[in-house]
Amino acid sequence: MNNLNSWLFWPDQVALSALALFFLLTVFLYAARIPAHNVILSLCNLSGHALRYASHWLLHTAEGLRHRNKNVLLAHGQTEVSAQIEREFERTTALVRKELGEFPALQRKMMDELTRIEDDYLKCGEVPPPPPEWVDALSTIANLKSGGDIAKKMLDDLHKSVQKIHDKTITEYRRSYEGRHKILKSLMPVWRSVDKVVKNIDSNMINLNGNAKAIDVHMARYEEMRAHTDKSEHTLAISAFVQLGISLLVMLIAVGGAFINFKLIALPMSEMVGASDYITNNLRTSDVAALVIVLMEASMGLFLLESLRITHLFPTMASMNDQMRRRIMWAALILLLILAGIESSLALMRDMLIADKAAMMHDLATVQPVASDSLLVHIPMVGQMVMGFVLPFVLAFVAIPLEVAVYSLRTVAGVLLVMVLRGISFALRFGGMIVRRLGRILINVYDIFIVLPLLIERWVIGLRSSPADMSKNLKPGRAS
Amino acid sequence: MKFFNYLLLAILALPFTLAGCADNRSHSNGVYLLIDTSGTYTEQVTKARKIINYLLANLNAGDSLAVAKVESKSFSEKDIVAKVTFDRRPSQANLEKRAFNLKIEEFSKNIKGSAFTDITGGLIQAAEYLNEANPGNKTIIIFSDMQEELGKGTVRDFPIKLTGIRVMAVNVTKLSADNVDPRRYLDRLAWWEKRVREAGATEWLVINDLEHLDKVLATQ
Repeated sequence: MNNLNSWLFWPDQVALSALALFFLLTVFLYAARIPAHNVILSLCNLSGHALRYASHWLLHTAEGLRHRNKNVLLAHGQTEVSAQIEREFERTTALVRKELGEFPALQRKMMDELTRIEDDYLKCGEVPPPPPEWVDALSTIANLKSGGDIAKKMLDDLHKSVQKIHDKTITEYRRSYEGRHKILKSLMPVWRSVDKVVKNIDSNMINLNGNAKAIDVHMARYEEMRAHTDKSEHTLAISAFVQLGISLLVMLIAVGGAFINFKLIALPMSEMVGASDYITNNLRTSDVAALVIVLMEASMGLFLLESLRITHLFPTMASMNDQMRRRIMWAALILLLILAGIESSLALMRDMLIADKAAMMHDLATVQPVASDSLLVHIPMVGQMVMGFVLPFVLAFVAIPLEVAVYSLRTVAGVLLVMVLRGISFALRFGGMIVRRLGRILINVYDIFIVLPLLIERWVIGLRSSPADMSKNLKPGRAS
Repeated sequence: MKFFNYLLLAILALPFTLAGCADNRSHSNGVYLLIDTSGTYTEQVTKARKIINYLLANLNAGDSLAVAKVESKSFSEKDIVAKVTFDRRPSQANLEKRAFNLKIEEFSKNIKGSAFTDITGGLIQAAEYLNEANPGNKTIIIFSDMQEELGKGTVRDFPIKLTGIRVMAVNVTKLSADNVDPRRYLDRLAWWEKRVREAGATEWLVINDLEHLDKVLATQ
């Protein structure tokens, strides 16, 4: 209140003092109108321009970042596709070398078999029986003018010999057919063999065709990437988002497994490093030791997969010679086995500690519990031991989604950063526009406070100037 | 090969690293239980066993526990029935808890009532024990009706020091005179609270319902 009174000329006459203050203020504001307008406009313009400049800079940076992201993404995509093409070519080479490399031998075998089939087929061709000699004899007898008994006798003899020849011919004919049937029967496996060879060639051709199509698809993608098309960039970005999502999901599952792993060994670790030691206020040393063991297992798994060239997170390991890589692989595998063994024994110790604690609680309790079935007690113990041994190996595979997450995160982060920069740029541009417009609004607000002197000014100008000019001067003045 | 050597070295150095960065502050609990053995209060010893069982079940490796009786003159180590600082290993701590329980069982069988009740002497002895053991959280539990009766020549009317210690009175039974005039009971508790707080205790609690023993080991 005292502070307010200090502004009053006559503290006992507040209204009069306020009026005087208002009058003085109005006169001051009117006098300082043009410089004040200039200051307001300049400040707003300055702020607006600064915001606009910042917006331009951010947009430019975002564009540069997008360009760099695109280059990296396409380069990564090209590497990936070229690796896929290479793999397809390897498959095709292996197919050609393994299956079609034997094609001349197969062809020769097939030709031999076909020749044999042809020969056999010719062999089993039907040979017409030779014309019987008795046909001529019968014609001679038929031409005799008179025969009587002689002719009859001759015909009887002829009949007998014909019958005999006929029987012999029939027998030979049947034997011949039998031989041909045997030849045809022996052709069956050859036919089957030829059929198999043809089917095999057909199957290989289909596989080869599939490989060729896959190579075509990859090559088309590769060409798109080489051409730096927006479509390929968009496809790769979407693919990165999907891969990141999937790998994060898998890693989340792995984190669940790691948590179970941690729970299995946290209690028994207190037996090794002590249960009453703390690293921070709430963090036990035994918990940290258990966590470190779990992380070591994951690291060993990472090295194992890296040395097997399944993942490619460490270029140093990728560039190692095969002998050194194999050594690291064995070292990682042995250490992983040791850690798994330790964890399994810790799981057993956990079960023993819990059982011991439960026994002590039973001793302290007034009512003794009924003894449970020993089988039911042993199943969880065995289960814990098995889990303790298996979980480190399961955790080892987390290296694969980790690698995918690392590589796709770069793309996703780049895309998101570009979006954020563009969003900020838009906001700054919008803010700049608002600030510039605000200058005009503030000028009008300023004029509202000095509306009375302005009206007087207009009235005076109106009196001095002609009526035609009056309309012009009715508008409130504005600083340039 | 160098990489493999470094890896092996890192694994071997792990326990030392963990031991080296340990928090030096103590996070353990130290509990000193005073059991009143004067007059008819001896009958309440079964309830005291319930508290001891609760403490044994809930104290962890590295914690300290002592049980002492309140007699005519309690400022003496002879009145400590059992005391232990549990081993850092849980399995060893369980063995120690079992041994502790056996000692308490033996004590509860051979308990004898005393003529006087020197609670102040017991408190001084408890503070001395706890300050020596130096656990992170120090707690004195007084299992008594809180009616101090000192023998002739026993001097306890001087300020005591319980800095940084929580003090709680458990199972504070009402005497027959309290039933006639409850103000006696309330005044008795108020007097003890004032004395304990003036001694520098961080907390004063009264727990008459033994179902609420979870407050005993609540951290400060």
